[in-house]
Amino acid sequence: MNNLSQKEKKIPDEFKKIAKDFSENGFITTSTNNLINWARTGSLHWMTFGLACCAVEMMQAAMPRYDLERFGAAPRASPRQSDVMIVAGTLTNKMAAPLRKVYDQMPEPRYVISMGSCANGGGYYHYSYSVVRGCDRIIPVDIYVPGCPPSAEALLYGILKLQKKIRREGSLER
Amino acid sequence: MSIPLSDLEKTVNSGLTTAIKRSEVNFDQLFVEVDVENIVSTILFLKTNKKCKFKQLIDITAVDYPQKEKRFKIIYLLLSHENNLRIIININIDEKLLVPSIAKIFPSANWMEREVFDMYGISFKDHPDLRRILTDYGFEGHPLRKDFPLTGHTEVRYSEEKKKVISEPVKLDQEYRRFDSESPWEGTKYVNESVENNKNKKK
Repeated sequence: MNNLSQKEKKIPDEFKKIAKDFSENGFITTSTNNLINWARTGSLHWMTFGLACCAVEMMQAAMPRYDLERFGAAPRASPRQSDVMIVAGTLTNKMAAPLRKVYDQMPEPRYVISMGSCANGGGYYHYSYSVVRGCDRIIPVDIYVPGCPPSAEALLYGILKLQKKIRREGSLER
Repeated sequence: MSIPLSDLEKTVNSGLTTAIKRSEVNFDQLFVEVDVENIVSTILFLKTNKKCKFKQLIDITAVDYPQKEKRFKIIYLLLSHENNLRIIININIDEKLLVPSIAKIFPSANWMEREVFDMYGISFKDHPDLRRILTDYGFEGHPLRKDFPLTGHTEVRYSEEKKKVISEPVKLDQEYRRFDSESPWEGTKYVNESVENNKNKKK
């Protein structure tokens, strides 16, 4: 009993208000900003940009064990219809221009998750003659997921962080 | 049906006679050294001879020995499915010499020779389409040569003014580090420390 009342205390007042509104009126009111951000965070279609072994972990994240689709995030092979690009793996000099092209094809608002050491800063291949020292030299990055490769859980955490970021600063205006 | 390696060595030597500069059996494999002008006839013989039948080209690669007069060693690896045998053919060439292409005998040699050209700058005569295969468009230098710097000469970034990915001279954000390849632990002393700690405890 004591446990239950403690848990009740933890519920934010916002939620209690929404629950009260909903039970009394049958509808809830919110701002357009909040509504749009809610919709955005709930349907993060990601542009798969699998470049190396990190791509395997990215696939893992979409598979039943971690099942990213329960957060509304789903792989989308087309840049035109995706909201976030996951750069998974080593970005080489030759691939840099195509990466930018794909990024430019994405509609606003667009976000980028850089996944793994190689995409973050060159990683193992930092001093190589053919590798870009971090994909942020080519495109602006929102979330960096560390690891070599990061586990599927880490990528999932990164996507939850991105949702948090969109909730915090997302707006209708650009 | 596999034939013994010594038989193969005899067949190769009697079939090609003077073309073979040296042949030896090491690690259960036959190594053959030939002159550069004989490479096409050697490969053709090994592919078509009834006792050899090396019908698959596994790889063409090269090694750079900058201290030697004949700087590059080109290596052809062939596989005979019928005899369950492999053969390794070497040729030694200097930098400017053209190597006859074997793309007419093994079509798969096309890309392998392009790779050797890309990585070492060795040119092939009569190659149908000799251009770079792995490195970036407009890349300069040949990365697997020993005198090529590890970080290369250029790096890329996106230019906000030009609205495209541009290539610039390398400017490392992080200082280059010398890795000591002799020691797999590179400066860490975990092992020694623990041993010393144990010694101290015993005292």
